[in-house]
Amino acid sequence: MKCQKCEKPATFHITDITGKEGLLELHLCPDCAKHYLQTGEGQQETPKISGVLSTQLKLEQTAEDLKELDGKECPICGISFYEFRQAGRLGCPHDYVFFGEELEPLLINVHSGSQHVGKQPKRGVRDTESQTELIRLRREMKEAVQEENYERAQELRDRIRSIEGEGQSSE
Amino acid sequence: MVIDELHDRCGEWLKGDGPQSDIVMSSRIRLARNLADFPFIRRCNDIDRANIESTVRERLGREGAFTTLNFFNVAKLNSLDRQLLVERQLISRELSNADGARAVAIDSSERLSLMVNEEDHLRIQVMKSGLNLDGAWEQINQLDDDIESRLTYAFHPKFGYLTACPTNAGTGIRVSVLVHLPALAITHQIEKVFRSLQKINLVVRGLYGEGTQAMGDFYQISNQVTLGKTEREIIDQVADVIPYVIDYERKARQYLLDEKQNDLFDRVSRAYGTLQTAQQISSEETMYLLSRVRMGVNLGLIDNLEIPNINQLFLRTQPAHLQKICQQALDTDQRNVERANYLRRQLKRDDTDAQSN
Repeated sequence: MKCQKCEKPATFHITDITGKEGLLELHLCPDCAKHYLQTGEGQQETPKISGVLSTQLKLEQTAEDLKELDGKECPICGISFYEFRQAGRLGCPHDYVFFGEELEPLLINVHSGSQHVGKQPKRGVRDTESQTELIRLRREMKEAVQEENYERAQELRDRIRSIEGEGQSSE
Repeated sequence: MVIDELHDRCGEWLKGDGPQSDIVMSSRIRLARNLADFPFIRRCNDIDRANIESTVRERLGREGAFTTLNFFNVAKLNSLDRQLLVERQLISRELSNADGARAVAIDSSERLSLMVNEEDHLRIQVMKSGLNLDGAWEQINQLDDDIESRLTYAFHPKFGYLTACPTNAGTGIRVSVLVHLPALAITHQIEKVFRSLQKINLVVRGLYGEGTQAMGDFYQISNQVTLGKTEREIIDQVADVIPYVIDYERKARQYLLDEKQNDLFDRVSRAYGTLQTAQQISSEETMYLLSRVRMGVNLGLIDNLEIPNINQLFLRTQPAHLQKICQQALDTDQRNVERANYLRRQLKRDDTDAQSN
């Protein structure tokens, strides 16, 4: 793949979050990428003033790597990395864990670090697994209903209710 | 409270009181939160959305602070009512234009709004008149604690509160101060101010948020970073810069008074004159002219008007408010005529009459 700004081979694949329009993809050679990242060029079309945050996804990622990454799907909500890149929105809380490695450089770029230091829920962070389990079960139940597999849907509904019940009683 | 009662009221952010209220209209903090046991909005179907809405409504409605809130089912409101809530900054355009189950809970003073099923499951917002970020934080922090005792938030020890867009993760906080900067605009210094704000990672937007134009010389200054800093640090970052912005605007006003007095008086009186006599007028032109008049009142060039009255006019000349006042649906041309009629009526009255309307 050639650099979009000159004739040299593109080795940098940059993704900018451009607000509502989703993500902007750029394929650049090292020189042009350096220029782009240092000068903030490219922010002219979608200036920061309109609340746009920009960042590069991951430097020195080959097109093949990116393609493979795009196909990765969250086992809980089913969103693919490609869909996230297109929409700029994640599918469920578990994506932060599942795509953690890919998200971290992006977060560091947008924010001032990737470690939360603000307030925390007073109840502590318990039961995250049963919470994501609920998201997964609900999704499976929807699929079962779509496939008219009502027996399976019933089973799933009972499991959802039992997990919800546990949550209620421990509150 | 019903929607039709709203357009007669003033609303918190237009009250025109609070610290520095000649330049700072309002201070606002919002928190983005999601329930731990549902997918983010993008992966929700109609049933999920309805479940989220009913869960929130049921848990918050049980007892305590939230029972006094007015819950509006946004999906059932007509487009005029939704537009009215957008104009009052009680809901976002995104919530107004979305599909599926969604709601907003508002307190009667219009300081608190809680949107359900916007970009995130919950968007909590507290607004205060004038420059009062500490007051806004104190209130919203308490509300957040209260909500968290009833619902389980999606939270991760490393990434903090988990949000649909990674740009909001961590604290999920957006701190915004709405400022009126007409003199910086007239003296062409506004771009310079914006550039220096960008350099310290602050964002400047128009009156109605992302992608909207800076109507009537109103600008929202807000934070960009939400992760890696505490809420206090983020609030302080915005709060620390506002006095400088206020100072620049005051200096620009003083410069206009000292060096360009004729020009300034001319701009203000022409704006006032046009608003008092126009037979048809667009909302953009109204905003532009009211901005000049507002500055004129602040500088003592117009003495028979008060700031709260002008703030009201900014709001009530907008499309949905105007149609509510006229009690009928109006197309753009009809609105332009009715807007001019309304402005002529309001600006010819003396203060006491204008205040009660």
